Amino acid sequence: MTLQEQQGEAELIAAILAGDTQLYHDLIRPYERPVYLLALSYMKNETDAEDVAQEAFLKAFRHLSSFRADAKFSTWLISIALNEARGRLRRQTASRTESLDKDPDEEGAVSPALLRDWREIPSEAVERGEIRDLLRKAVETLPEIYREVFLLRDVEELNINETAEALNISVSAVKVRLHRARLMLQKYLAPQLKSVTKPKGRWFAWS
Amino acid sequence: MVIECKHVWTYISDYLDGTLSEEIRVTVQKHLEHCELCSAILDSTRNILVLTADDRVFELPVGFSERLHQRLEEELKQKKGP
Ligand SMILES: [Zn+2]
Repeated sequence: MTLQEQQGEAELIAAILAGDTQLYHDLIRPYERPVYLLALSYMKNETDAEDVAQEAFLKAFRHLSSFRADAKFSTWLISIALNEARGRLRRQTASRTESLDKDPDEEGAVSPALLRDWREIPSEAVERGEIRDLLRKAVETLPEIYREVFLLRDVEELNINETAEALNISVSAVKVRLHRARLMLQKYLAPQLKSVTKPKGRWFAWS
Repeated sequence: MVIECKHVWTYISDYLDGTLSEEIRVTVQKHLEHCELCSAILDSTRNILVLTADDRVFELPVGFSERLHQRLEEELKQKKGP
């Protein structure tokens, strides 16, 4: 985000707080996708994710006056969405207990899938439903702490500091988790992508 | 300085982000020039990140935006301000 955009956003927020509430529609438009994706990564189904996203946008509106002008609206919004998703998940799975005895960042190294050659898969490949499903499933299979970092940083392209702020974790935790997430995806996806995109004799062509 | 493959793997993420120190970056670079295993791992990781970040992989449900703004509109109408 450029400085101008950030200033524009601050002005929008000031105008909304001054009573021009219709501007809230414009304020949140750039964040529909990141908020929804984050919700989806927790809820695992589209209906609940949409519900969580709507709730987060409503809450952000109701609490807009408590937004500190020196913070970034995007990270503030994402942490509201995160709380909403976590809260709902907790209510849904109240009986399930999580293991608290180990620090996930202390686990051993993740090793990648070993291959000798890699044939570049062009972006057009995601037009194939089979490839999209494979990619989505891989991300959904990541443990939560890796998935949320990966989605914010690599899919939504927040920077390291914004990701740390949104998730309320340290910058070094973001780096460690991101590294693990990326290697886990490589390990899971490289062999599968290789086999589904294997050239089928001389008839094969990408275009 | 020579490093083993498994050490190279620990630098993959920082290598892709360009956040390694110059010294380590050069060491990793040299290793990659003669190690087809690490090169393939790096290339596949980079490729997979490009694919998963593609907008077409994760899409908003049809009508998501309309339903959201509709619901917001109801809220905005109720109240004068936040
Ligand atoms: Zn190597």
